[in-house]
Amino acid sequence: MAAEASDDAFVVFERVQKSYDGETLVVKDLNLSIGKGEFLTMLGPSGSGKTTCLMMLAGFETATHGDIRLGGVSINNIPPHKRGIGMVFQNYALFPHMTVAENLSFPLEVRGMDKATREEKVKRALDMVQMGEFGGRRPAQLSGGQQQRIALARALVFEPELVLMDEPLGALDKQLREHMQFEIKHLHERLGITVVYVTHDQTEALTMSDRVAVFNDGVIQQLDPPDVLYEEPQNSFVAQFIGENNTLEGTIEAIENGIARVRLDHGELIDAVPVNVNKVGERTRVSIRPERVEYNPERMPPDAHTVRAEVLEFIYMGDIYRTRLNVAGNENFIIKTRNAPDQRRLKPGEVIEVGWRPQDCRALDA
Amino acid sequence: MKVPATDPNTMDAPTPDDALHLVKGEGPIVAADGRPLKASLRRALRREKLRALGLVAPLLIFVLVSFIAPIADMLFRSVENQIVADTLPRTVAALEDWDYSSGEAPGEDVFAAFYVDLSEAVALKTHTRLGTRLNYEMTGMSSLFRKTGRRVGRFDTDIYADQFAALDPAWKDGAAWMEMMSAPGIESVLPETASAWQSWLRILENEGDDPAEETPADFVFTMLYRDLARGADVSAYNGPGADRLAAAAAAVGGFETVSIKEQFLKADKDWGDPEVWGVIQTFSPPYTPGYFLAAVDLKLTPHGIEKQPEEQQIYVMLFNRTLFMSLVITGACILLGYPVAYLLSSLPLRTSNILMILVLLPFWTSLLVRTSAWKVLLQQQGVINDILVWLGLVDDANRLILINNQTGTIIAMTHILLPFMILPLYSVMKTIPPSYMRAAKSLGATNWTAFWRVYFPQSVPGIGAGSILVFILAIGYYITPELVGGTSGTFISNRIAYHISSSLNWGLAAALGTILLGVVLILYWLYDRIVGIDNVSLG
Ligand SMILES: Nc1ncnc2c1ncn2[C@@H]1O[C@H](COP(=O)(O)OP(=O)(O)OP(=O)(O)O)[C@@H](O)[C@H]1O
Ligand SMILES: [Mg+2]
Repeated sequence: MAAEASDDAFVVFERVQKSYDGETLVVKDLNLSIGKGEFLTMLGPSGSGKTTCLMMLAGFETATHGDIRLGGVSINNIPPHKRGIGMVFQNYALFPHMTVAENLSFPLEVRGMDKATREEKVKRALDMVQMGEFGGRRPAQLSGGQQQRIALARALVFEPELVLMDEPLGALDKQLREHMQFEIKHLHERLGITVVYVTHDQTEALTMSDRVAVFNDGVIQQLDPPDVLYEEPQNSFVAQFIGENNTLEGTIEAIENGIARVRLDHGELIDAVPVNVNKVGERTRVSIRPERVEYNPERMPPDAHTVRAEVLEFIYMGDIYRTRLNVAGNENFIIKTRNAPDQRRLKPGEVIEVGWRPQDCRALDA
Repeated sequence: MKVPATDPNTMDAPTPDDALHLVKGEGPIVAADGRPLKASLRRALRREKLRALGLVAPLLIFVLVSFIAPIADMLFRSVENQIVADTLPRTVAALEDWDYSSGEAPGEDVFAAFYVDLSEAVALKTHTRLGTRLNYEMTGMSSLFRKTGRRVGRFDTDIYADQFAALDPAWKDGAAWMEMMSAPGIESVLPETASAWQSWLRILENEGDDPAEETPADFVFTMLYRDLARGADVSAYNGPGADRLAAAAAAVGGFETVSIKEQFLKADKDWGDPEVWGVIQTFSPPYTPGYFLAAVDLKLTPHGIEKQPEEQQIYVMLFNRTLFMSLVITGACILLGYPVAYLLSSLPLRTSNILMILVLLPFWTSLLVRTSAWKVLLQQQGVINDILVWLGLVDDANRLILINNQTGTIIAMTHILLPFMILPLYSVMKTIPPSYMRAAKSLGATNWTAFWRVYFPQSVPGIGAGSILVFILAIGYYITPELVGGTSGTFISNRIAYHISSSLNWGLAAALGTILLGVVLILYWLYDRIVGIDNVSLG
């Protein structure tokens, strides 16, 4: 889980701790290395320390302990303006008293570039975000999405190798947000920059990132590519936080050959993949994704476990059916099935058998 | 159910039926109650407006009475000059024919008119006020009027009364005079006498005496003599005492006469000075630019507008000093207040609240106490000098003079006005999100560049608001310059106060005040042109 400081790592957090008040650690022993050109997302609930990490990287907060390296050089004592890191703020922070072009020209000006170069670069950056005609406007005269693009262009115009984005799409509506996600991703691929992205929207994290670091309580809970994160959550926090998830509580009865036998509190005995449980008698939380649960006997995988279930509610959602069941005492057991011609719609009150493959069933910490 | 809907409170609620009419209706759109929509809207808005007016009415009336009215009164007083024409109506009229440039004092007619005017003024005791007023324009006028006022009752003109009485004793009888002077047509026969008689009546009324029991004063007889000597057409009069009048008209040719002009010259030879009459003539119109001219070190003389003598030119200098020192104070407030406001706005709320109390503390102490405290601190044997001497920065023999001069005024007023700079600055800075500075730094700007290019421009509205407040307060400040300013540190307002309470030259005080108001308005306009008043945020 902790990233070994590999040689090609571009950004490295090593044993970084941060406390604001000297009493509680907001970031606890953070180890993270980000490769060049990588798109890494920090995902986590509010207050989990994502912004704090970003601010330490940008230089606006100092780490209480530990070392942050950029391109192999420790940047602990380098002031923010010398770090050369582009940053997109949550509220965009476009300077209201400057026009869009002046905003973009600002980082070039402080770098002492001459006027012609500046104009050239500003124009290119504006074209890059398709805002070519808006150079003369003030930020207040732009829509949220346009401001967002300008903020992005401003963070990129001086060609930083590393760009930090703190919930840049937080203020946009869903449609614009999805559009901008696509554009950011596209820019990242085109420019080959390294991006550290903060969000608490998990869909955003999954769709955009090369790797996602799930934060909770100042600790990285899991750092993996999106598919691994989704398919193989390493603990129950990640399982709960990413995607929808059914949990059944129980106790480990045996662990052998990589299979854990779990006695559910309701009485059933099921098999599961032991992830972070290792002792017999330990409490566990078994997690199963809703779309991996099958109830159609014809499609039931041969090695599936089956459990009796009572249908409580059926919700038609267009592309899928969402059914709420009572499984082993859990009344919020959800299954999702594709809306296909041969798929039966379950009726409330029906009693059925549901089943899943033991590989899809992960025994996590309680 | 359809009550005639005149009272808005009893108006019917619209029914779905009404709505239907509304949709189907042709011509102007009507509201649910059948009135044209526009009229309905207007009425609804009018009620809103009346309510709003009702809410602001108490303040509006208060402001009108306590602010607008005094300012209007001040503007009026700065040009008002009715006292001359009111006190000397005949003289003013008579002087119209006199030409100042002739270089000679006016003739007997003017003195005759002046004799009657002054006699009445002396009896009503208004001549000293007039003297004071004219003294503003020419020194010596006050004592001239006072002195002449004492003599005018003892002029040798009593010989006329005696000569008329010798013709007929009835001339000494007030009742007979009454009868004759109230007869119709007498004004056209004896114009000067009739006019003097009116003055005589006013004098008696003022003293509470009955004209029928008093012998008229000498000036009435003098005017009667003048009218008759000029050949008044007494045959046109046939009222009571017509015979007596005809007899007198026939006899005046042989009267012993006395020159009124000489009488005045005897009382004071200054009456022969055309300058004196020039001043009276120049200031006889009811409105005068004289106060304004005086307020800019000019004066209105019979020759036209002239500069005041060198040693009396103080107002332009005082205006300049007031403007200059107000600017210095405003600048000092910006320099001292900006960092404080910046600190306040960047500290956590709890700490900044405590500091804010320190900033506001001066507001909670009496202005007088604060200013007096500066006296203690700044005097030559005061705390600051003691400390400087103790530190060895200043030699004991030549301690700094920090008070009773401009330095004292600037120090004390900067201190007093500082909160007016800090508060608007703080309220503006509080709204500048810290992310702007961070963004600037992340874009590569040094701390200074980030501050100067990003933070400072956004705090300019606060500077603007604070500067306007401080400057306008400073330009009209009075107490502090009075107490710590000495002679070199006083403001124009101290001079205004002097004219209001000591010299009682309210007209000049009003003119100075009006100019001050004008200067502030002009500066405000300039400021609006240069900075733009939208760039000012008062919080
Ligand atoms: N300047 C500060 N002083 C004191 N405590 C702070 C400060 N900034 C953040 N914190 C605390 O540190 C913790 C982590 O904050 P941080 O801003 O990093 O959270 P986050 O993960 O970015 O949350 P969000 O998703 O809501 O932005 C929070 O408990 C917060 O209260
Ligand atoms: Mg945050």
